[in-house]
Amino acid sequence: MHEYSIVRDLMDRVEAEVAACGATAVHRIQLRIGELSGVETDLLRSAYEVFRERSVCGSAELDISHAAASWVCSQCGETVETGGPLQCRLCSGPARLATGDEIVLERIEMEVA
Amino acid sequence: MCETCGCGDPELVPVEVQEGLLAANDHRAKHNREHFDVAGVLAINLMGSPGSGKTALLEATAQRFERSSLSALSGDLATERDAERLSAAGIESRAITTGSACHLDAELVHRGLDQLSWRESDFLFIENVGNLVCPAIYDLGQDANVVALAVTEGEDKPLKYPVMFHRADLVLLTKVDLLPALPNLNVTAIEDALARTMPEPHMIPVSAVNGEGVEEWTEWLKKRRLGVARRWAV
Repeated sequence: MHEYSIVRDLMDRVEAEVAACGATAVHRIQLRIGELSGVETDLLRSAYEVFRERSVCGSAELDISHAAASWVCSQCGETVETGGPLQCRLCSGPARLATGDEIVLERIEMEVA
Repeated sequence: MCETCGCGDPELVPVEVQEGLLAANDHRAKHNREHFDVAGVLAINLMGSPGSGKTALLEATAQRFERSSLSALSGDLATERDAERLSAAGIESRAITTGSACHLDAELVHRGLDQLSWRESDFLFIENVGNLVCPAIYDLGQDANVVALAVTEGEDKPLKYPVMFHRADLVLLTKVDLLPALPNLNVTAIEDALARTMPEPHMIPVSAVNGEGVEEWTEWLKKRRLGVARRWAV
């Protein structure tokens, strides 16, 4: 349940932005979570519900977009299909995760009086 | 006030952040890594399920090294048992009790380092909280991730917990002395699952009971440490 730790970090980050902008409320928070990030979005939403009430995010919508895992060869750049061995079919080089491990705060929409 | 039409509604201001939510942890991990590099200590993040044999493996490892060359931090939700076992085996150790937290993070490790004379050692083992999920995503500043996977856990764990295994530099297949009691276990199937989750699959079968594979593991550690020494020389 590291999702609770992550939401706490999220709240700290949002509060810092709110203070910097002199905002009165947060309208929407947009995250991008990768398939291989190790974060469960359902658990993240549950954790968010627990924390939001006592925070500046009381009325803020949590918008989560998903990033699928994609692999490329770390040597020649060829796409490596998921499901099979993580090795390049052309040069046998090891695959590198190109997308799918991100846990990113993309944007915050705030209300400024 | 809305500046577009003067309607009195609050103005919505979008702020582009595009920053990783673990950025604060990553920053502290980088700080830890600098400490390890300067001291020429190889730091290993040892992860695995509860009961996968992490502590027993370190006890067996201690027999192959001089007393002063190993140090360890042991993470558990409660008790200092693992650290006590490691101390008894000759590894200078401190416990990090996390309370309810399911993983170690870079800050907990940094605080643990303050209570340990790890700089005098060559290898620092950070025995993470037993868990195949959460510890994988927190960088502690380690040089390598090592995952202990016991033969009793079954063949499909790498496929079920891909995040843990895709970040592993080495998998230690532990308790291989039990293989005769597990006639249906197919080690080749474990290797196949690792090939689908680890870009550079590397597995060493080990037994803390009969010592099988422990020498190969210690050779891996020594070779890996040469890289740290080279970074320090540069």
